[in-house]
Amino acid sequence: MDMAEEREILDDFDRKILHALQYDFPIIPNPYGYIGSLLQAKEEVILKRVSWLYEQGYIRRLGVSIDSRRIGYVSTLVALKVVEGFVPAVTEVINSFAGVTHNYLREGEYNMWFTAIAPDQKSLEQILHTVREIQGVDVLLSLPAKRVFKVNVKFPLITR
Amino acid sequence: MTELECQMICELQKDLSIVPHPYAVVAERLKISEEQLLTGMNAMVGRGIIRKVGAVLRHRRVGFAANALCVWKVPLERVVEIGEMFASLTTVTHCYERETCPAWSYNLYTMIHATSRVVCEHQIEAMSLLSGISQFKIFYSTKELKKTSMRYFE
Repeated sequence: MDMAEEREILDDFDRKILHALQYDFPIIPNPYGYIGSLLQAKEEVILKRVSWLYEQGYIRRLGVSIDSRRIGYVSTLVALKVVEGFVPAVTEVINSFAGVTHNYLREGEYNMWFTAIAPDQKSLEQILHTVREIQGVDVLLSLPAKRVFKVNVKFPLITR
Repeated sequence: MTELECQMICELQKDLSIVPHPYAVVAERLKISEEQLLTGMNAMVGRGIIRKVGAVLRHRRVGFAANALCVWKVPLERVVEIGEMFASLTTVTHCYERETCPAWSYNLYTMIHATSRVVCEHQIEAMSLLSGISQFKIFYSTKELKKTSMRYFE
């Protein structure tokens, strides 16, 4: 496999690897070797491809995902009505919080939605208080979870 | 959680190296054996602290270009039934019951990722038909302003 080639589009093998990296990544000493055995490829071929996929930005994270609630952290989803024209300034303040992990502009009456995570309720309230006071923030709804039915951010890339 | 578990999470939330023995690299930083780390990780998977191990993709780059937050107004006595129904769908990546307030009475939240808006819309129509819930709102994302992973115990 020539990794020097410039490719814009994922080929079937890339898709199989990305799929396996999401669904079949094991907790064993040689996870890439295991993925190689699933795809009938050598470990070194897998390592090269994964490096390439990582460098090209297809992979945002490669590691563990933690359930913040299970380790005592608190979180909420926040919906905002931000006045047009103030979006860039509001975004800058909100994104500056380490506990804000996701922030999206969305179409609709509430146009900005972000998630905030904090080690305790007091720190979370502080973030919300600061955001409420930003010029251009018209309405703020904090919508903490009561029950989690699913968190599974995996994208099937092959059909089995 | 033990001190060692906090330290493990601290190191594991950094990206794994793309080398033959990535966990050995993490174990070395923690000054423990690879076997100790793997045992600790399995225990944390068992307790639900580690939700998954592997890759998180940039969904737009791999073809899942549309992302809709769809919120539903579900009678309280049907929340569990419908929450589980929606959660069983592959295109639904997140499904939560959330608190309401006087200004906002939508209580069930689903995040739908699909290849296009049309696919999202069909999925949401199907969800409405399946559940019988007709009161819902769709919020399509138009711009990702921030997307990172939380860093714990830092």
